Amino acid sequence: MMRRLPSVAAAALLAVALAACGGGEPGPSAKTTASGPVTVTMWTRAATQAQSQRLVDAYNSKHKNQVKLTVIPTDNYQPRIAAAAGAKQLPDIFAADVIFVPNYTSQGLFLDVTDRVNQLPFKASLAPSHMRLGTYEDKLYTLPHTLDLSVWFWNKDLYKKAGLDPEKGPATLKEFAEQATTIQNKLGKDGKVSGTFFGGNCGGCYVFTFWPSVWAAGGQVMNPEGTQSLVDKSPMTEVFATYRSLYEKGITGPTAKEEQGPTWTGFFPKGQIGVMPMPSTTLGSMPADMKIGVAPIAGPDGGQSTFIGGDSVGISATSEHPDAAWDFLAWTVSDEAQVEVMAKNKDVVARTDLAGNKYSSADPRVVMINSLVAKGQTPYALKFGQTFNDPQGPWLRLAREAVFGDPSKVVQLNEAVNQSLQQ
Amino acid sequence: MTQITTARPGRGDHAAARRRSLRGFAGLAYATPTAVIVVTLFIAPLVLVGVMSLNKWPLLGAPTFNAPQNYAKITEDPLFLDSVLFTLKYTALITVLLSALALGLALLVQERRPGVGFFRTAFFLPGAVGFAAAALLFYGLLNNEVGPFGFLGVKWIGTPNMALFSTIVLVLWRFAGFNMLILLTGLQAIPVEVYEAARSDGASRWQIFTRITLPLLRPTIALMLILSITGSLLAFDQFFIFTNGGPDNSTVSMVMVIYRNAFFRFDLGGAAALSVVLLVVLVALNALQLKVLR
Repeated sequence: MMRRLPSVAAAALLAVALAACGGGEPGPSAKTTASGPVTVTMWTRAATQAQSQRLVDAYNSKHKNQVKLTVIPTDNYQPRIAAAAGAKQLPDIFAADVIFVPNYTSQGLFLDVTDRVNQLPFKASLAPSHMRLGTYEDKLYTLPHTLDLSVWFWNKDLYKKAGLDPEKGPATLKEFAEQATTIQNKLGKDGKVSGTFFGGNCGGCYVFTFWPSVWAAGGQVMNPEGTQSLVDKSPMTEVFATYRSLYEKGITGPTAKEEQGPTWTGFFPKGQIGVMPMPSTTLGSMPADMKIGVAPIAGPDGGQSTFIGGDSVGISATSEHPDAAWDFLAWTVSDEAQVEVMAKNKDVVARTDLAGNKYSSADPRVVMINSLVAKGQTPYALKFGQTFNDPQGPWLRLAREAVFGDPSKVVQLNEAVNQSLQQ
Repeated sequence: MTQITTARPGRGDHAAARRRSLRGFAGLAYATPTAVIVVTLFIAPLVLVGVMSLNKWPLLGAPTFNAPQNYAKITEDPLFLDSVLFTLKYTALITVLLSALALGLALLVQERRPGVGFFRTAFFLPGAVGFAAAALLFYGLLNNEVGPFGFLGVKWIGTPNMALFSTIVLVLWRFAGFNMLILLTGLQAIPVEVYEAARSDGASRWQIFTRITLPLLRPTIALMLILSITGSLLAFDQFFIFTNGGPDNSTVSMVMVIYRNAFFRFDLGGAAALSVVLLVVLVALNALQLKVLR
């Protein structure tokens, strides 16, 4: 019970001890060029492990320098980075959920790579939202690593059984609700199939799956500076109301309210859900015999958008091998890595100029997902994690009141969101 | 020792002095490892937390002095104030229930009878499971989708009261055996003659329990209470892993707020200030308990 309390202190103690013997920032590395191959260390979170692992394996098989990848449980990633940074024990390279990047850059965790990025011939076509969040005070700190877009998946087999057109997914949030209701009414009697599902006790899930409907309707969730929340206004309130009515009518599956996040994508692949928002990265790992339709997330009356999530990757400010680290990072966004590693596995490519490649054209769903990179958004806020992802943060309370509790409290709870954003 | 040496004057003086200095050196050699460990693992972090609590302490880079801001803002954090109330409520519930259950179990397996070893082992066994692992185990067992107890339709961690109830069941399961063991050592230390004397005086079972067992068990109960109260006030694993502070922040303990401030909000100075306050309260509380219970 007491173990973790002193760990704050222990980490900090280590920081002081190491700072005393380390002697501060390492200069531009002469070591890496002077002496043979180096091994650089890299951390990533479990959610995007598959993509990182494929990139690292492909790089290691063709290069003298080696990358050693460590995968950390997604829920523990942020605290682990914080503890490692405090102890000056960050790896050479670390990937991070793109929405946390502004906070990390403002804390000085990443090395400035502006000059290196400017030398890349395809700089202009790197995923724009990832690049925007990796820019802090006009300097560049990160490259896009993986792109994970929220899209609607629908189960064509269930649609057929329920008498819906299996080739026609929802084009508006209203159609989404209607189709989910039909599935529930026709197939949900025995409790094994539900119309739809969402992570009702998971702040990050709400953000990823609900916000695109707001953007598709032409609305916003925050001001561009990420200091003022707009989630107490239309169209956010309409989106909340739609999901609220789905829950009240028992169309969302009984555990939606309790779902804390770890298992929210687990029900669709089992064939238990008619239609729901899902991360695009899961498309490659769906059961081979399952027929799945993919549609862009829409607003109440139409429009299209997506939450461009995923990871950015940068060199840590305390790395002793920045040149070797950059060699790997630059390779991960090269044509070779993007097409032969990412696109080959149905992943979204990190460069807009490679959206239509030889692999994606074989699957129209992948072409559609790639095309959403230009339409979607990644919200920017310095205090994003503690406001929206943290289970004790103010957004989760607000969203749960709006969907399961008393929607009239939303305006008041939005003040807490604003406070957290402005801290 | 000193008497013997002073009794033998002359050249023995010299040898005694050498022996004394050797003994002093040996004592130092014995104490040093412990002293080093205590200084590096306890005193140094303690001083550092104190220093951190007076500064704005970034993840990387130099701290800036900002006292007493980290302390002043404690009262402005509604999440922390709520967590204080919740932690006190949890501590009161756990202490009462855990003591009662542990005492009951200890009395059950107190006497040497055939098969009692089996029950002692069975009651103590959950204590051999790591607490974090136990919390995860309960998360799986009571999960409505995959857990064997999920089919009952009870939302084990779905409402604030149920989440607290399920957590208490988890903690009782995990710690009752350990507390039973503490009480058992106390029970075994009560001389059989006292019981025999009471019985020959015609005391009833209840009288024996209230007049002999409980008073003689007092120091052991004090130890158990101190361990239980301190442990409950520092509760973290069960709420972090099992309920995740939910639903709706209804099960957020004080240490969880400290953890959140340090590792999610990167406010290391603020987290250090909370730790210092918690430490002071705990020391005061333990001193008070020792005084009352002794």
